[in-house]
Amino acid sequence: MKQSSLFQAFSAVIKRDLVLAYRHRAELINPLAFFVMVITLFPLALGAEITLLKRIAPAIIWVAALLASLMSIDNLFRSDYDDGSLELMVMTPHSLSVLVLAKVTAHWLLSSVPLLFIAPLMGLMLHMDSDVIGVLLLTLLLGMPVLSLIGGIAVALTLGLRKGGTLMAVLVLPLYVPILIFASGAVDAAMCGFPISGHLSMMCAILFLAITLTPLPTATALKMSLS
Amino acid sequence: MNTKKLEARELFCIRDERVLFSGLNFTLTSGQVLLIEGRNGAGKTSLLRILTGFRKPESGDLFWSDERIDDTQQFYQDTAYIGHNNGLKDTLTAEENLRYARALAISTLSIDDAMAQVGLNGYQETVVRFMSAGQRRRLALARLLCTHKPLWILDEPFTSLDRASIKLFEQFIETHANQGGLVIMTSHHDTSIPHTILQKIHL
Repeated sequence: MKQSSLFQAFSAVIKRDLVLAYRHRAELINPLAFFVMVITLFPLALGAEITLLKRIAPAIIWVAALLASLMSIDNLFRSDYDDGSLELMVMTPHSLSVLVLAKVTAHWLLSSVPLLFIAPLMGLMLHMDSDVIGVLLLTLLLGMPVLSLIGGIAVALTLGLRKGGTLMAVLVLPLYVPILIFASGAVDAAMCGFPISGHLSMMCAILFLAITLTPLPTATALKMSLS
Repeated sequence: MNTKKLEARELFCIRDERVLFSGLNFTLTSGQVLLIEGRNGAGKTSLLRILTGFRKPESGDLFWSDERIDDTQQFYQDTAYIGHNNGLKDTLTAEENLRYARALAISTLSIDDAMAQVGLNGYQETVVRFMSAGQRRRLALARLLCTHKPLWILDEPFTSLDRASIKLFEQFIETHANQGGLVIMTSHHDTSIPHTILQKIHL
């Protein structure tokens, strides 16, 4: 008889969420389809202006990715809250922050990693240069986890509300702004041939800050939502 | 299992500006069952949620083995809770649900043994969505059996169970108490749990 290790608990949470997502494949496709649809509509609306398209392509892709992430994050704790498994997760001897981090990691794996594979195709479609696409991917890799981590706080805070979706978006969008600014700054710099290391370092710093700081308030908000 | 004790001192709870209970005291030691009775809306569930640490009482303290419950981490290692919802994932199979619960706690019985004991043998691969309400309740009971938790907190454990299952559930509660466990439960049903180990609180 031994208490399961923190690592076992962490991987059990991730594994469970991945299996659950696999059983609800349709929900998994939604954000991806949204991402592709938004991006394909832009060239149609802008007309045959390749230079303009090329110029705004990174912004389009980033905004679409941000909204796709926002779309899927509402369900991060919702179903667990509804069926009582959140109580089970809170009532473990393990640190809830770490389990929260596991849930957010699962969300990132499910919602952002597929986008990383489609984004280069979208970039090619919008006439982006291949080296700029590389930088874009790098910013998505560094920035998307931050979106999931920050979104987690807002989701946990609005969990007790029946229709918390809009409020959550209002809470979370301002916090998404810095990562959007640094990401598009990096891609802009790459397009003009300037060094991008400054922007990327800043994004790395934000990522590490978010990994260390956001699980704690998320865990606290989850506990509050149960009272 | 060494002796455990849950003690509540002067618990006071207000909900929606109504006093649900005040000056509530009790001591529950290993081997005892606490039955909380009361009409609908009397505060049974609120009391259970205070005991699980989800809610803070307006005033009053809780002690687990003579230590004040501040750090719930230690307390949660020893505590299992079944609420109105069973805490089961609809789209996972029975076995996957139990395996997940075991990964978060100290495991005792094997999954197959626990499921056989609650009469769900052969349902391992069944998705919970296709189980009846009573079977889900029994699966939640199997979760209690396959993890090591001295204190069980059960909110209306007998809802949607048939007479035979209620009897089975009561037997497990009794066995758990006899093995040195503690059980706190709310119920509308008359129970056949022997009075020697039963304490009652009427809200």
